[in-house]
Amino acid sequence: MHRDLVIIGGGPAGLAAAIKAREEGIDDILVIERDIELGGILKQCIHNGFGLHIFGEQLTGPEYAQKFIDKLLELGIEYKCDTMVLNITDNKKVTAVNTKDGVIEIQAKAIILSMGCRERPRGALNIPGSRPAGIFTAGTAQRFVNMEGYKIGEKIVILGSGDIGLIMARRLTLEGSQVKMVLEIMPYSSGLKRNIMQCLDDFGIPLLLNHTVVKIHGKERVGGVTIAKVDANRKPIPETFRYVECDTLLLSVGLIPENELSKNAGIVLDKVTGGPRVNESMETSVEGIFACGNVVQVHDLVDNVTKESYLAGLGAAKYIKGTAGNGGREIETYGRNGVRYVVPQKIRLDDMGDEVNLFLRVDNIYKDVYLSVSDGGKTIYKVKKRIVAPGEMESVRLKKDSILNMENDKLFVELIR
Amino acid sequence: MEKKNLICINCPMGCRIEVTEEGGKLKVTGNSCKRGELYAISEITNPVRIVTTSLFVNDGVHPTVSVKTSREIPKKMIFKCMEKLSAITVDAPVKIGDVIVKDILNTGADIVATRNVDLRFAI
Ligand SMILES: Cc1cc2nc3c(=O)[nH]c(=O)nc-3n(C[C@H](O)[C@H](O)[C@H](O)COP(=O)(O)OP(=O)(O)OC[C@H]3O[C@@H](n4cnc5c(N)ncnc54)[C@H](O)[C@@H]3O)c2cc1C
Repeated sequence: MHRDLVIIGGGPAGLAAAIKAREEGIDDILVIERDIELGGILKQCIHNGFGLHIFGEQLTGPEYAQKFIDKLLELGIEYKCDTMVLNITDNKKVTAVNTKDGVIEIQAKAIILSMGCRERPRGALNIPGSRPAGIFTAGTAQRFVNMEGYKIGEKIVILGSGDIGLIMARRLTLEGSQVKMVLEIMPYSSGLKRNIMQCLDDFGIPLLLNHTVVKIHGKERVGGVTIAKVDANRKPIPETFRYVECDTLLLSVGLIPENELSKNAGIVLDKVTGGPRVNESMETSVEGIFACGNVVQVHDLVDNVTKESYLAGLGAAKYIKGTAGNGGREIETYGRNGVRYVVPQKIRLDDMGDEVNLFLRVDNIYKDVYLSVSDGGKTIYKVKKRIVAPGEMESVRLKKDSILNMENDKLFVELIR
Repeated sequence: MEKKNLICINCPMGCRIEVTEEGGKLKVTGNSCKRGELYAISEITNPVRIVTTSLFVNDGVHPTVSVKTSREIPKKMIFKCMEKLSAITVDAPVKIGDVIVKDILNTGADIVATRNVDLRFAI
């Protein structure tokens, strides 16, 4: 089978990329999704707050997804659900499998990777104790409660104050469970303020900063956890050990881009984001393979996923039509002095539009700083920030004119106090 | 009124706001901008929230349908609203925007479906 464009993953990233590519004139598109329906993780995010930037209204996750699904159907873009991509190669051969067609091999002209991310499970944390039932990642719990209609526990402790954990604290409380506390090992929450207020404070759920779980108790089912305060080096302080009775432990301790397929194709990954290194058109290190959404970097707002995915769709369309530029001068981006990473990692001046959006994350909470972009010497862009935090992605929009006259081929994004 | 502490949600600053009452007037401190003051006053005088949840579906391709209140309802009515909804089961098919309960608890808000659930055909 041959296709101009194969898109792997039918979440908001894959949907937006497909729509954009079609609008740019690519007819022969196939979206492959392993779940039984399109929409990705949004289908289980039934709370509102999505799409404020793109639609100017507060939608729930399924509503946001449906807008893009409807558009996809309207444009007649082909998709296969219940189909899992097993492998891709650097010459863009896609191997997928489902129960109807068996194993399918597709030779694509271009591929867009939009597989999203996955949650860090218990195994990634090394919490001592037995292996009882009742330990869930927050996202798994979200699916069980919101989509399958299960009650997952009565007395719940949540480890990690990421947004999904906070949202589940509220959700489980509404469903009649008792959420005893949310523990956060860092001195600050990685969740949005809005979620701390409306998911914890609204219901009187305590948030214990500088705290972690040091042991899980229980044989058949979780019976409780031992929690502890941690010192400045995040080491538990023995005098503060305390037993908390519970039957369920939820983990909300971070997301990792889903990149097994990318690795097989030899795509170069970024050590900090965990996703592919990409250029201004969201193209990876393998020509003609693009990536967007949480597979590239974990986003906190779906609007940013959508915007980034339009870029990937546009980039893939140009690549297929042969209208992409020739690259020209290449500039690499670097984060330093408090900036953990910058996406895209590379900007090709001939291929960029009039401007480029740099996404970045900082490594701590900083107040009253300047976010600066320079070529090492000359400052190209500088903006004052009253506060920046690791939980909130920052972005910087750079005009082409401002980078044309750079002395170096390196662009440094940093915080200046 | 005793004093109340809030964290402003308007921007990442997350100002810690204190609201006290002085001679029948609300006094807001700790905010660094006007938006903080407006937020604090609405939170104190009439806190409202959108409620979202899932309901069970009969004969659907999915076991549940997600729903929301069509507008914000008073915060103190959230649990009452949940209680009322826990007794409700919906028949498939359901379409996004379908009204499942009209004017829940006389709040003026309807309960509307936020996803489609098709009918499951027996094989
Ligand atoms: C549990 C969870 C809750 C979240 N809650 C929120 C929230 O409340 N608000 C918010 O703004 N953001 C939230 N996010 C962030 C959210 O991930 C993004 O906003 C957005 O959904 C990311 O879109 P995506 O398309 O990149 O990924 P996803 O939505 O994850 O879509 C990826 C799709 O790829 C499919 N896929 C993966 N591998 C394969 C394969 N090999 N073959 C075929 N298909 C494959 C998956 O099944 C999935 O449908 C949440 C993330 C998670 C993990």
